[in-house]
Amino acid sequence: MAERKIRVLVAKPGLDGHDRGAKVIAQAFRDAGFEVIYTGLRQTPERIVATAEQEDVDCVALSMLSGSHLTLMPKVTKLLKEKSMDDILVVGGGVIPNEDIPLLKEAGVSEIFTPGTPTSLCAEYIKNNIHLK
Amino acid sequence: MDRIEKIRNGDVRTASRLIRDLEDEFPQAVSAIKELYPYTGQARVVGLTGAPGAGKSTLTDGILEALRKKGKSIGVLAVDPSSPYTGGAILGDRIRMQRHAEDPKVFIRSLATRGALGGISKAVGDSIHVLDSMGKDFVIIETVGIGQQEVEIMNYAHTVIVVLVPGMGDGVQTIKAGIMEIADVFVINKADRDGADTLAAEINLMLDMAASNQQIWRTPVVKIGNVINASEFKQGIDELLGHVDKHFQYLQNSGEIKQKMKNKALFEIKAALNNNINQVIYEQLLNDGSLETMINKMTERSSDAYTLSETVTAKYLKNI
Ligand SMILES: Nc1nc2c(ncn2[C@@H]2O[C@H](COP(=O)(O)OP(=O)(O)O)[C@@H](O)[C@H]2O)c(=O)[nH]1
Ligand SMILES: [Mg+2]
Repeated sequence: MAERKIRVLVAKPGLDGHDRGAKVIAQAFRDAGFEVIYTGLRQTPERIVATAEQEDVDCVALSMLSGSHLTLMPKVTKLLKEKSMDDILVVGGGVIPNEDIPLLKEAGVSEIFTPGTPTSLCAEYIKNNIHLK
Repeated sequence: MDRIEKIRNGDVRTASRLIRDLEDEFPQAVSAIKELYPYTGQARVVGLTGAPGAGKSTLTDGILEALRKKGKSIGVLAVDPSSPYTGGAILGDRIRMQRHAEDPKVFIRSLATRGALGGISKAVGDSIHVLDSMGKDFVIIETVGIGQQEVEIMNYAHTVIVVLVPGMGDGVQTIKAGIMEIADVFVINKADRDGADTLAAEINLMLDMAASNQQIWRTPVVKIGNVINASEFKQGIDELLGHVDKHFQYLQNSGEIKQKMKNKALFEIKAALNNNINQVIYEQLLNDGSLETMINKMTERSSDAYTLSETVTAKYLKNI
């Protein structure tokens, strides 16, 4: 029987112009054997969700630096839910204050990886927590 | 609604799941293709090939814009290489096309090669059928284009666009025969760079020399300027699409389209035969241990590959 290849969308919402972190994580996921769909900078939540649908991903990984994580990450989870795509695992990474993490988890973000988390750990978390279709 | 109806109604999620099932070689995907096949053959299939960085994704974005202005619906299959070490891949062609992501008439799907060597992935042929049966007017395929061997696209596309860039080692001497012959239209991209005119002249000269009397289609060479210069770039895209249309008309008027479709059918039959016969037997040999035995016989020099495979043929293919 054939096996599912894990597909992950690495997206960078928000307006800041750096995607070094997102690129590093994309490479780490590729090295973990994932097929990574990489969309570049300044993706709106609507665009991220449309892309997740067309690409049939198991996980959306949001990389954020800009500080608007409290609005943008819940917007992504909300849109996914509206489109009945909330079987997709949503994780976040970037400079996110500890006190915000419970709020994001409440909003449906499964895990937040703060700077310094080994990338292999993020990949491991995704492997263990996605719902393969 | 079953999934066949959903796909025929253009349902994105059902289609993208089917493409995934095809990539992962799920048996139920094959039964969907059997049902969809009668509804295919409507979409125009256009392939883009050329070295990485030549600007294929940027051109695709421009083509999407131009075709959308004409009210066309489009499916894009963008292929990037899988890592031979981890099997992972970074699929980044979409970056250049993301402004179309929310357009319901545009469906962009990234595919990894998964070890296939022809510049596209094994699932591309059937994925075209999926987009075609969704009712897309155009299907655009962006190939990997690492070297010069990636010519498999010619088996699937009505029109193949080969993208070259001045100063990227795309001189005429370096263009291998295969890639030259599959081009229905040449694009000299980033034509704002030095050497664009020389490259165009070289290609034209070569095309003139290669032209035979029976050959009616003379491959056009289109120069497309810097994407930063929006109006010039758009003009180049329009010119390109004009040639793509003319090429399609040529295929129809000359009747060449019939031969092309026959070649495509043959290619797909060969792939299916390989799946249904070769791979099935191979897996059987692997599972019952006879492959191991065969390997040992060969290394001991007690038999050879031809004798061994004849034994297999005699056992499994009784009517040959
Ligand atoms: N100077 C110039 N650069 C371009 C042009 N088109 C694309 N590029 C750049 O070339 C790079 C590769 O483009 P991309 O479309 O991803 O190439 P692909 O690998 O063939 O798909 C990007 O940095 C583009 O911004 C062009 O017309 N002129
Ligand atoms: Mg590309």
